[in-house]
Amino acid sequence: MPVYSEKVMDHFMHPRNVGEIENADGVGEVGNPVCGDMMTFYIKVKDNRLEDVKYKTFGCGAAIAVSSMVSEMAKGATIEEAQKITPESVAQMLEGLPKQKFHCSNLGAQALNKAIDDYLMKTGKLKANENKCCPFCDHEDSESDPVCREGCQIKNPEIKSS
Amino acid sequence: MVSIMHANGEVGTIQPLAEISRITKEKKVVFHTDAVATCGTIPVNVKELGVDALSLAGNPFYGPKGSAALWVRRGVRILPLLDGGIQEGGRRAGTEDIAAIIGMGKAIEIALRDMADRGQKLTKIRDMLIHGLLSKIPHVVVTGDLIKRLPGHASFCVEFIEGEGMLMLLNSQGVAVSSGSSCTSRALKASHVLLAMGYSHEIAQGSLLFTMGIQNTPADIDHVLNVMPPIVERLREMSPVYSKFLKANKGGQ
Repeated sequence: MPVYSEKVMDHFMHPRNVGEIENADGVGEVGNPVCGDMMTFYIKVKDNRLEDVKYKTFGCGAAIAVSSMVSEMAKGATIEEAQKITPESVAQMLEGLPKQKFHCSNLGAQALNKAIDDYLMKTGKLKANENKCCPFCDHEDSESDPVCREGCQIKNPEIKSS
Repeated sequence: MVSIMHANGEVGTIQPLAEISRITKEKKVVFHTDAVATCGTIPVNVKELGVDALSLAGNPFYGPKGSAALWVRRGVRILPLLDGGIQEGGRRAGTEDIAAIIGMGKAIEIALRDMADRGQKLTKIRDMLIHGLLSKIPHVVVTGDLIKRLPGHASFCVEFIEGEGMLMLLNSQGVAVSSGSSCTSRALKASHVLLAMGYSHEIAQGSLLFTMGIQNTPADIDHVLNVMPPIVERLREMSPVYSKFLKANKGGQ
């Protein structure tokens, strides 16, 4: 077990804003259980502000603390402010994350941004980018998601870890 | 050469070495076993097992950490890993750690004297834990064999959640366990043992290993059985995998 900061332990022991939002305005899911972490963020938007932010997380202590921190940072923020949340700013607010946890557990900002993209696409403010494809199987993917929708990395987890 | 663990430390299964050695003898293949998990815990007899070489370590039977031994059948020749001095018949260079050797000798003496008694107690609390957790928490699988298993060893996979979270919450309740989830490993990979046994990544992430020792009592198991169900429930409640499972099940009904 890595050594976590007090802030991480606090958010892990007492995670804020856990749950799902029914009829959410935007939903973003990242990761998969193969790599050990998976997060789903739900947002409710009113007057360009994130009125409510909730999430569900499958993952280690860091992943849970990251989701909790992201929800706190995003709740009440404008869309533009929330889009500026990065893995780095989340780690900073958490008073640091163990090095080896940074990449796989720090998916919160990404999941939140996906939920925001989902909202923007639903409301016609953002068009799907058709120029993206999975680097492993050439399957075209319109989302900025490291995990291919075809699930090729789930079948070949070695590719990802190498 | 064939080398097989006598018992696997991660899932507790005791391997059928005697059956395997019948094959290696017939094929004239040297057979080594890593008996670190079994020596001092259950009866180990190189004649009955039919092995040609056996490794053991002192710490599993309360000997000094760092003490260990390699037994080699007469006639089996080995190349030293450490070259230099002529200690131990030229098989391993380096000054012998006398205190560790004496300590391990004394520990195995006590372990052999108390083996039946310790084994009985440990098997009893182990089964208490296994049956207790299975009856209190749904969607839990026991990894490894239920009967041909190390006394004092209980290993599980708890579905829909990840091991490190459980480990941290159990730790906050004074329960020290380990997990083979990718998050708890340095390499950030799920346990190769569980994957080789056919468990999916998803299930292997929820692995949890309890090892009990001679200081543990039935009261300790009661404590685990009290604190563990709410921990699992808490983590499942925030797991997207679990809510997906619940939704899929609802749809199927």
